[in-house]
Amino acid sequence: MVDISEFQNIDIAIIGGGNAALCAAMTAAEHGAKVCILESAPKPFRGGNSRHTRNFRCMHQTPLGPLEGQYLADEYFDDLMKVTDGKTDESLARMTIEESEACFSWLRARGVHFQKALSGTLSLSRTNAFFMGGGKSLVNAFYRYSEAAGVRVLYNANVQTLDLDGQSVRSVSFKYENETHVIKPKAVIVAAGGFQSNIEWLEEAWGSGARNFIIRGTKYNRGRVLKNLLDQGVNQTGDPTQCHAIAVDGRAPQFDGGIVTRLDCVPFSVVVNKKAKRFYDEGEDVWPKRYAIWGRLIAEQPDQEAVSIIDSQAYELFLPSVFPPEKAHTIGELADKLGMPKQKLEKTIADFNAACGDLSGFHPTELDGVRTTGLTPAKTNWARPIEKPPFYAYSLKTGITFTYLGLKVDRNAQCSNAIGPIENLWAAGETMAGSILGQGYLAGFGMTIGTVFGRIAGAEAANYAR
Amino acid sequence: MRGELIEEARRQATICNACRYCESYCSVFPALHEQRSLADMDIVQLANLCHNCRGCYYACQYTTPHEFNINLPNALAEVRRDSWEEFAWPTPLARAFHRKAWPSILVIMIGFTLIFGIAKLFGDLSGNDFYQVLSHSLMISIFLPAFVFPFIALSLSLRRYWKSVGGKPIKAKDIIATFRQVATMKDLAAGHGQGCNFEDEDKFSQARRYAHQAIMYGFLLCFASTTSGTILHYVFDIPAPYPLFSIPKLLGVPGGILMVLGCAYMIVLKKRSNPNIGDPGAWNGDLAFIALLGLVAFTGLALWVGANTALTAWLLIIHLATVFALFISAPYSKMAHGFYRLMALIRDAQRID
Ligand SMILES: Cc1cc2nc3c(=O)[nH]c(=O)nc-3n(C[C@H](O)[C@H](O)[C@H](O)COP(=O)(O)OP(=O)(O)OC[C@H]3O[C@@H](n4cnc5c(N)ncnc54)[C@H](O)[C@@H]3O)c2cc1C
Ligand code: SF4
Ligand code: SF4
Repeated sequence: MVDISEFQNIDIAIIGGGNAALCAAMTAAEHGAKVCILESAPKPFRGGNSRHTRNFRCMHQTPLGPLEGQYLADEYFDDLMKVTDGKTDESLARMTIEESEACFSWLRARGVHFQKALSGTLSLSRTNAFFMGGGKSLVNAFYRYSEAAGVRVLYNANVQTLDLDGQSVRSVSFKYENETHVIKPKAVIVAAGGFQSNIEWLEEAWGSGARNFIIRGTKYNRGRVLKNLLDQGVNQTGDPTQCHAIAVDGRAPQFDGGIVTRLDCVPFSVVVNKKAKRFYDEGEDVWPKRYAIWGRLIAEQPDQEAVSIIDSQAYELFLPSVFPPEKAHTIGELADKLGMPKQKLEKTIADFNAACGDLSGFHPTELDGVRTTGLTPAKTNWARPIEKPPFYAYSLKTGITFTYLGLKVDRNAQCSNAIGPIENLWAAGETMAGSILGQGYLAGFGMTIGTVFGRIAGAEAANYAR
Repeated sequence: MRGELIEEARRQATICNACRYCESYCSVFPALHEQRSLADMDIVQLANLCHNCRGCYYACQYTTPHEFNINLPNALAEVRRDSWEEFAWPTPLARAFHRKAWPSILVIMIGFTLIFGIAKLFGDLSGNDFYQVLSHSLMISIFLPAFVFPFIALSLSLRRYWKSVGGKPIKAKDIIATFRQVATMKDLAAGHGQGCNFEDEDKFSQARRYAHQAIMYGFLLCFASTTSGTILHYVFDIPAPYPLFSIPKLLGVPGGILMVLGCAYMIVLKKRSNPNIGDPGAWNGDLAFIALLGLVAFTGLALWVGANTALTAWLLIIHLATVFALFISAPYSKMAHGFYRLMALIRDAQRID
């Protein structure tokens, strides 16, 4: 049994138990503050979305651990501008990028081990530092380090409200074992993630189609604290439709399926919606650069569903999937198995095949320019006829990684309202990522934001509490 | 091979193959990721590569209560033991030794009765020199078969393993690569060299690796000691007992001490660990095996300390009974694991080649 009274004379309460929360907790404890972590998940699910991650994006001027060559701030920033279409807060982004280099050894000193880029992700080997064992092992190391540094951790502690009085948070109330408890820490750090697991909230932005979305990460990020603070006039950033969404396997569990439900077959396939109609250029760019637009594309299709169809020639070209594909010897048979209009699918595939041209330049790992002619939408790379049975079909749904609507923070990770800064409230991680990213996403940047802002928030809060 | 165990391991391995986060923990994952689909014998080979370091269990975001229900160390441990049981002849004997403690106790008792009986009939139980108790030729006539039989049985089992997993002719460099890994127990150190997760959940610790190496090197020293004694006896005509500053003692005494300490520590660690991440069905059998190993070393040391006393005969008979039990049960007990591991690592070296 945990003695809740121990939480009464705490300096800093940290809401959340993922990477951002833990980085803040470790920093604040190292600064001598008495810190507690209130994590809504039970221990086996601690660590939020962070337990599903695999790497963080790290600037480096010289080779760093497994990171090859160099990845300078300007290139990093350019990459960010490309994916966000310029909708980036330049000052915060540049600061995050500059700080990312020091994060590498900081993480390592707190028990995180790095490994070479995983097989199948070589395109990231220069830019992203991979955690050995993935995000859960990072989270485990952080909990061990935090507890050794005196941080109190309470699982199953679901924070309900923060009592805001003018420019200061007075108290935090949370539910633990069916009872509501109120504590009065000197400072509060919100690191409770986005609101993507709150389907009703998603529906407000996306309509009833949101019910068909798959939530890739933890079911505990329901945005309760976020909503409570926004209701009390704390400054907001981003809009509720902005999020990171990818195409995932349609058979993924509704929550927490994580990385294994992703599918890498799209560029080598023909993607059709329920009505057996193509709707977008599957070969627009190499997959890592395009996979984040497909979540949205599928969300716009009937019933938020699509199917990716390949033939046996393409079967070995991408990482294996966790669920076996539907398999058939003719396209018609495949249509039957998928419950799709047979003739329509046969026609769509036949039209596609007829539009394919010279295949001699086909090259699976480069933009090969092997494209269709006279087809709308065109397929502009890897356009090879779907003709060699057996044929395979993977069902696709929209998989939400995280939402962007969040708390607006400044360079000190501090929250504010219309009057000015709130003197004892900071935020880090997904819950404030919208302060930097207006739209789009750069692989590995979520953990970078959480680490950088977690550290800042931890230090600022500890200084304040002193 | 039990189909449902392989099926479960395959289900989990398919998830790992789409995930790959554990790629640099051990030898299992690179071998696993090389194939898109895994045949039964691929799973058996992976199972024998796994050293149950548990790194991948604690790192896994999909362990129970997650609906994917991943517990790869457990799934592989069960396939592994099942494969040892199946490759052994006769299988029921292996099942008994792996799962239960009593067979080990029973063979010690059989050994004791046998050696006691022979000493009583042909030797002098009141003698305080051990060849008075049991002459050298009598010892050889007991232990030659007790050594040759398990050697043959184990060799046949390993041959079946090797054929099943598609082993190719073994080259010197495969063996060198393997011994390099075994010498340091690389697969119990995780990719970063900080050890495994065993006695304290997700904490990385060298404890189990060191305990294992103490037992392994201790055993090898004792084995070398016995071999050197045999050479001294037959080639140089110098019979036991040997003084402290002789090759057999200089090898055997530290070897025995290492084994005793290693086994005791291993039992302590094992009791702190979570059985369900290993092979819970083999819990008793494993503990009995470690205890037997420790007992062999402990009685050997006791025999050295108690030589030339009134206790000599009893100490000798007890020691020989444990040695007898260890050897005769080797094809069926956890003793076999070392040899299967070697074969699996050699096979893996061929894969990388
Ligand atoms: C499958 C997947 C893979 C990803 N891979 C990567 C990657 O490789 N690299 C990368 O940079 N990013 C990746 N991301 C994004 C990344 O997960 C996030 O950017 C990052 O983890 C955010 O960390 P955080 O600490 O802000 O949130 P989280 O880690 O989600 O933590 C939020 C915490 O708050 C807790 N919480 C929520 N509400 C409450 C409440 N009311 N009271 C108490 N506690 C509460 C939750 O239980 C949780 O512990 C991935 C995301 C997913 C889903
Ligand atoms: S054990 Fe879990 S984390 Fe490791 S590779 Fe398998 S699925 Fe991934
Ligand atoms: S338990 Fe250790 S050795 Fe076995 S598969 Fe997992 S990481 Fe590899």
